[in-house]
Amino acid sequence: MSSIVLAEAATSVNINAGLAAIGYGLGAVGPGIGVGLIWAAVINGTARQPEAQSKLMGIAWISFVLVEVLALIGLVVYFIASAA
Amino acid sequence: MRALVLAEGGSGFPPGADDFVLPPIFGSVTKPMVLVVLSVIIIATYFLLATRNLKIVPSKSQFVAETIYDFGRNNIAREQIGTKDFRPFVPLIFSLFTFVLVNNLFGIIPILQFPTMSRIGFPIALFIMVYLTIHAVGFKRHGFVGYFKHVMFPPNVPKAIYILLAPIEFVQRFVFQPLFLAVRVFAAMFAGHLLLLVFTLGGTALLEASTGFLKPASVVSWAIAIAMTFLEALIEVLQAYIFALLSANFIGAALAQEH
Repeated sequence: MSSIVLAEAATSVNINAGLAAIGYGLGAVGPGIGVGLIWAAVINGTARQPEAQSKLMGIAWISFVLVEVLALIGLVVYFIASAA
Repeated sequence: MRALVLAEGGSGFPPGADDFVLPPIFGSVTKPMVLVVLSVIIIATYFLLATRNLKIVPSKSQFVAETIYDFGRNNIAREQIGTKDFRPFVPLIFSLFTFVLVNNLFGIIPILQFPTMSRIGFPIALFIMVYLTIHAVGFKRHGFVGYFKHVMFPPNVPKAIYILLAPIEFVQRFVFQPLFLAVRVFAAMFAGHLLLLVFTLGGTALLEASTGFLKPASVVSWAIAIAMTFLEALIEVLQAYIFALLSANFIGAALAQEH
């Protein structure tokens, strides 16, 4: 009985899109934490030494994009995975 | 809003990657191709007109053009490449910045409403140009063997670590860093435009829903779409800045001397 139900479920429902969406949601956690840490450090640094802000911003953007690209790659992978 | 949906060639509510494949306008010319040509015309005309008769005391239009140029030259190129070597690269960095900026901004300009960079082919073309530049100047500066040594064997590392570090650095500098340069701008534009599509098409879908009490919810959806458009404007400018910034950063890294 249950095996028939399972077999039917396997043939009729494609859950790839949902799984890919869950995967992307999990994958976005890491970059989220990373970006938060970077800007927290910039805010801290600016609070301690306001005149260093312009220098900090340059470094912050570079490190921000290195982290942000992980989330963007996750999005591309989501579309690849949900189509399969 | 209806016009937007029609202009996008949207077929139904959950928008997907297929919504970015637009039908050709004539022959095999599609909308992104037209937009790229348009962007070049816009940039060239604007800067030719703004710099036609330069004065020591700048007029308003000259001041705006000078500010954009100053940003590309001093804030991006000089900061990242270094005061000594940055001059030959100013035209490249400045062109990259303005070109990506205008093409990204097409995403929120009414009627045009399509960020060219959301088709992977266009960022790839820019990426190839930047890739060739980075490594050409690197080989020229350090010599053939010297450049590989410069990339793969950074100084002040214990000898045994090089077994791990050298291949990682090689793949990083020759494949991933420049490739992600293209993927970054592509994915950001793709995601941003898709977000706008979700809310505009979602509003339409709610309006056309059979149950009557869902119809007012479409107003909320369109309000969010308008808010997202402002967010998009920010991201589009930011991505153009980042593209130029990272290109300059890679050129600077290829040129850097050993300390």
